[in-house]
Amino acid sequence: MSSDRLRRISWWDVAIIAITLVVLLVAAGAVDNFGSSRNFGFLVLDLLPIALIALPMTFVVITGEIDLSVASTLGLTSAVLGSLWNQGLPMETIVPLCVLLGAVLGAVNGLFVTVFKLPSLAVTIGTLALFRGLAFVVLGDSAVADFPAAFTSWVTGGVGGGPIPNALVLLVVLAAVAGLVLHATPVGRAVFATGANEQAARFSGIRVDKLKFWLFVSSGAVAGLAGVLWTLRYSSARADNGVGLELAVVAAVLLGGVSIFGGKGALPGVLAGVVLLATLQNALRLEDVTNESLNIVTGVLLIVSVLLPNLGRSLRATLRRRRLRAARHT
Amino acid sequence: MARPDGVPLLEVSDVTKSFGAVAAVRGVSFPLHAGEAHALVGENGAGKSTIVKMLAGVHRPDRGALLVDGDPVAFGSPGEAKAAGIAVIYQEPTLFPDLSVAENIAMGRHPVGRFGMVDRAAVRREAAALFERLGVRIDPARPARGLSIADQQIVEIAKALAGRARVLVMDEPTAALTGVEVERLFAVVRALCADGAAVLFISHRFEEITALCQRVTIMRDGAHVSTDPVAGLTVPEMVRRMVGRELDALFPKQDVDPGEVVLRVAGLSRAGAFAEVTFDVRAGEIVALAGLVGSGRSEVVQAVFGVDKRDSGSVHVNGKAVRPASPRAAMAAGMALVPEDRRQQGLVMDLSIQRNATLPRSGALAGLGFLFGGAERREARRWTERLQTKYGDLGDPVGTLSGGNQQKVVLAKWLATEPAVLIVDEPTRGIDVGTKAEVHRLMSELAADGVAVVMVSSELPEVLGMADRVLVMREGRVVAELARAEATEESVMFAAMGQGAVA
Repeated sequence: MSSDRLRRISWWDVAIIAITLVVLLVAAGAVDNFGSSRNFGFLVLDLLPIALIALPMTFVVITGEIDLSVASTLGLTSAVLGSLWNQGLPMETIVPLCVLLGAVLGAVNGLFVTVFKLPSLAVTIGTLALFRGLAFVVLGDSAVADFPAAFTSWVTGGVGGGPIPNALVLLVVLAAVAGLVLHATPVGRAVFATGANEQAARFSGIRVDKLKFWLFVSSGAVAGLAGVLWTLRYSSARADNGVGLELAVVAAVLLGGVSIFGGKGALPGVLAGVVLLATLQNALRLEDVTNESLNIVTGVLLIVSVLLPNLGRSLRATLRRRRLRAARHT
Repeated sequence: MARPDGVPLLEVSDVTKSFGAVAAVRGVSFPLHAGEAHALVGENGAGKSTIVKMLAGVHRPDRGALLVDGDPVAFGSPGEAKAAGIAVIYQEPTLFPDLSVAENIAMGRHPVGRFGMVDRAAVRREAAALFERLGVRIDPARPARGLSIADQQIVEIAKALAGRARVLVMDEPTAALTGVEVERLFAVVRALCADGAAVLFISHRFEEITALCQRVTIMRDGAHVSTDPVAGLTVPEMVRRMVGRELDALFPKQDVDPGEVVLRVAGLSRAGAFAEVTFDVRAGEIVALAGLVGSGRSEVVQAVFGVDKRDSGSVHVNGKAVRPASPRAAMAAGMALVPEDRRQQGLVMDLSIQRNATLPRSGALAGLGFLFGGAERREARRWTERLQTKYGDLGDPVGTLSGGNQQKVVLAKWLATEPAVLIVDEPTRGIDVGTKAEVHRLMSELAADGVAVVMVSSELPEVLGMADRVLVMREGRVVAELARAEATEESVMFAAMGQGAVA
């Protein structure tokens, strides 16, 4: 095995996976009902949208961009799903349409970033507001609830009626695909090169704009899929579904060791970040902590995950300077 | 106007400055007298910019000193240099585009009126007075955005005067100016000298030096060659002193009978960068693009390779047109570009040697679309070993290698694509002599194998030693084509500086 591959698993990945395991064990021991198979199902369903959206978000952040519009894309697809169902379209048609809608919304972001060369932070803050606003135009304050049981129970149910949730299988398959693409294909190589030095990537023949465009499209498509799953899980299409979810996704990605400056990161770490975040939220909720207070946890984790690598780096730099100075004086 | 006691306003005294193991400036001394314009000339890399940065307070000399009015000074920051009365005007002025001209001039020392508010009337009055003194007409109230480069430079000069500067350092101020604008700038400089200021003027244009300056200091390879009154020097003598070096046997160019035309560039133009560039390169030939920094050579090769756009013109490889603005298309046609800036363009510093060396070929190396490291590792090892690259592990970040070994990785990365046309931009910049010779031998071997090689180089010995033909560029155009036999240091420099083809 090359040391290249060894190095890919950084101390941060190891730390985050270890912390996640510790939190899981502590929660199982100290929190009532945490270990129950019923709660395990809830945990999986809680982390499903975060985990799904985190997959393309990992690619996007490694190329040095960001997509903050994902939660609003989720909300808009949820609203459109409800509206189309009200108009009597069959579910079999609506679901692919919703994923396609997500892809189109992602393409809008991608166009602004790659053709008009606007910073993705600004573009996706704009579309965050725009898509959510459109969701309210589509569905207003009302909710659509009467979805066919075949679909809602597939999302909440287990494989063959067993204890393994269908959602988990879907997630594992998509995560495996994302991991392979990121770490073992030319596309993945291009993603890392682009994030670490976009100019050198272009000089190496990588079509940077094309790459980024399709990453935004996939980000939108997956957010659309997450919108479908969210709606079916709660059996409720609402314009405000998933408000604020983008923060949880970004927190999980950064917690998973992806550099906000691009060029660095790995998918296993991100998945650990998602599990850590969702476990903490789930356990705290079982302890009757309110949803509002849970935001504090997300916020703190987000800041810590950006702060720690930076602190580590400046600490190393300071030590190096001191060593150099000491060497010069002797 | 020199001081009666003959003490220069500013004296550079035996300064040395090294970056790593390379001495950029070695033991240079020259005086700047009040009332004089003093030219500083030398080839690219002779150390002029390092001198400017020391005067500006950006670098501190390792040895030697700067003397202001005969007293040694040590500038810890650009602010201290400014306080000592030294102002530097760069080629590209750095004004605040959205502030008014007067505000720009007052920036950092705004006159304050009652209640601590900025006294706008005083700001405008000061600017108007300065422009009057310089004899130029610029509206102090207009925003800096939209001013021509020439006017921006005049605003910078006014700003320097407002800060009581007595020594003005001008780093190639005329490079982007038209003839009329140059005349106006010179009138301003002459007015300053008459007022008792000292000016250090850096330019590649000899006619400007003879027209403006009283004294000239010539540098070569970081060392001081001479300081003399301009009146006593002829232009050919200045050129001889700038380039006068022995050509050593570092360049093992093999003789090759050139084959068919492989690369054909015709009428290539991009507004503001280069115009009507046409040349052919045959199989087995090394064609050098020579010229001064900023003459448009890198821009041309980057447009040929498709990293940059072009406005018009065509590129053919083996008779087939290459789609513009697409490095992919250029690579598919058999081109490779080893770019000028290794750190920004050539390599992704944080990625491993292996990833860098295989980046352009990751698609070709993938089996069934997947890369699990094996094919990449074999490929990277094959090419880095062929180039005798020294590294610890292929998984180490490429940024940990020395400059010479980094350059070998860039070469490996592109040689692995087995190009028919290899374009190298400053292939030996910043690498040690031994590696340099290896790179030269490699280029020679490739040419002997029938690769068409285009080499951009600012090092004349390299150009003369390696090239079968030399194309000299000046201000975005090819101004001379010299066969190997006609190319001498003098003939290339004369063409590059616009002094006619033959010394």
